[in-house]
Amino acid sequence: MRDTDARRRAPRIAPGWWFVAPALTLIVVFFVGPVIAALGLSFTDFDLYALADPRAARWVGFRNYARVLHEPLFWQALRNTLYFAIVGGPLTVAASLGAALLVNARTLRWKATARAVFFAPFVTTLVAVAIVWKYLYHPRYGLLNWLLGHLGIPQIDWLGDPHWAMPAIILLATWKNFGYNMLIFIAGLQNIPRELHEAAALDGATPFQRFRHVTIPMLAPTMFFVVIVTMIGYLQLFTEPYVMTQGGPLRATTSLVLYMYEEGFRWWRLGVAAGIAFLLFILIVLFTLLQRRISPRGAV
Amino acid sequence: MSASRAARDRVGQTALYAALALFGTLSLLPLLWMVSASFMAQGEATTFPPALLPHHPTLVHYRDLFGRLALGRYAMNSALVAVVTTAGALAINASAGYAFAKLRFRGRDATFRAMAAGLAIPVQVAMLPLFLLIKSLGLVNSYGGVIIPGLASIFGIFLVRQYALAIPDDLLDAARIDGAGELRVFRSIVLPTIRPVLATLALWTFLATWNDFMWPLIVLSDDRRYTLPVALAGLVGEHSQDVELMMAGAVITVLPVLVLFLMLQRYYVEGVTEGSVK
Repeated sequence: MRDTDARRRAPRIAPGWWFVAPALTLIVVFFVGPVIAALGLSFTDFDLYALADPRAARWVGFRNYARVLHEPLFWQALRNTLYFAIVGGPLTVAASLGAALLVNARTLRWKATARAVFFAPFVTTLVAVAIVWKYLYHPRYGLLNWLLGHLGIPQIDWLGDPHWAMPAIILLATWKNFGYNMLIFIAGLQNIPRELHEAAALDGATPFQRFRHVTIPMLAPTMFFVVIVTMIGYLQLFTEPYVMTQGGPLRATTSLVLYMYEEGFRWWRLGVAAGIAFLLFILIVLFTLLQRRISPRGAV
Repeated sequence: MSASRAARDRVGQTALYAALALFGTLSLLPLLWMVSASFMAQGEATTFPPALLPHHPTLVHYRDLFGRLALGRYAMNSALVAVVTTAGALAINASAGYAFAKLRFRGRDATFRAMAAGLAIPVQVAMLPLFLLIKSLGLVNSYGGVIIPGLASIFGIFLVRQYALAIPDDLLDAARIDGAGELRVFRSIVLPTIRPVLATLALWTFLATWNDFMWPLIVLSDDRRYTLPVALAGLVGEHSQDVELMMAGAVITVLPVLVLFLMLQRYYVEGVTEGSVK
């Protein structure tokens, strides 16, 4: 009697929970937990000794942060990362928009082919194409300097010159990634009502005026969103410098994530590396807030 | 009047195709050169002026890579990791995405919102403790250590949920009235209905896993377990002078994902527009 009562009262878990349980468990154990642990880790001196015996790690308060913030290399990595994101993000989006306008041109045939061609670089393996570009950038034998030579531009030591290494990486990233945003812009362009263009044309607007006064304002919310999202992605720069320059020359391409990787997984200073990771996180939060602040108007 | 209009149209058309040709060349040239150089004889890619096509195409670098340098093994590792991750991710994210869209349970919306907030956190923040966790589970230098953290994906759950929202409730209720349990409803009604988004999710997961570099680099220490990108990054250190050999390695790494994309691009493209515009 009491037994059945208890059974009846035992809370029945809604089936929905069973469906989400595997995903939630994995996300909590392998993502949320580690993120919280990273914060804790950043307040310890966890290093190679602690790796052998975690009890060797001690609480050091903000010492890792103080140390990192006094490290010139951190500031250089921050500058490099911001350079890559702030120049590379808009450049990539501009290329995306250009490609989208091309593919979307009303009189263009082979639209699907053009779209596939522009999108192909995006699906390639970054490590592989970074190696390809490394050779394209070769000062003597590289295709790029040879092509530029035809335009009368003297040899550039793309990856060997501290002033050119980051622009070279930006160029590779632009090539690799513009196809992704292009798809978003194509969708956005197709959402602009035909009548707007027709009305403007009837009023005598030239194609350029229509682009300036119809297309751009209609796309602006998407464009802003896409620029910020691209920049946030670019703040996580790692593979290109790892493969092409190892962060050089003269640390000109050492990004925050590469710096974190070196501290954490080369020198096993996990506490310090966790501090760098959190500083990166703060930077990304700032960019996200910027996006929320400036793209309001209920537009996106 | 109409003659000048036609002339202007023709100029516009020419400019359009010229721009298209320029853009298209820029986007394909690095890939075409990669393929071309992979068939060149040793040293041919480092001449001035640069050779665009191989003089006497040779397969020697491919033979070298698969023979002496055991690249076939890395390709198998990559395939194994990508296939297992994709299969697991499909099951896990599809059921969660469906439940967040269509099943009612307490705390559903709050949980979903909390999860969505997690999208803003860069994965690198989790990597250091994640490595320690993987280490304590004894999974360092194992395929499991590469696969398990990539199974559940907030983005994947989002994608499926968005699509599953459109399933009519009546369809599900009708099956329940006929006595089908929730699992049965999911298997025989939901899964067939959301098949297109499953294709998208599978393609995304496969390509992302195949192309991933940083996490496998951290977890895998024994070169017999390396995935292609990790092996390739190691090779370029030792063989950076062997341009043609490295290009053949790049072709082997890129070709499978490029072919897969070209075959299934419809699903990929839908994924991008579904996921980001809405």
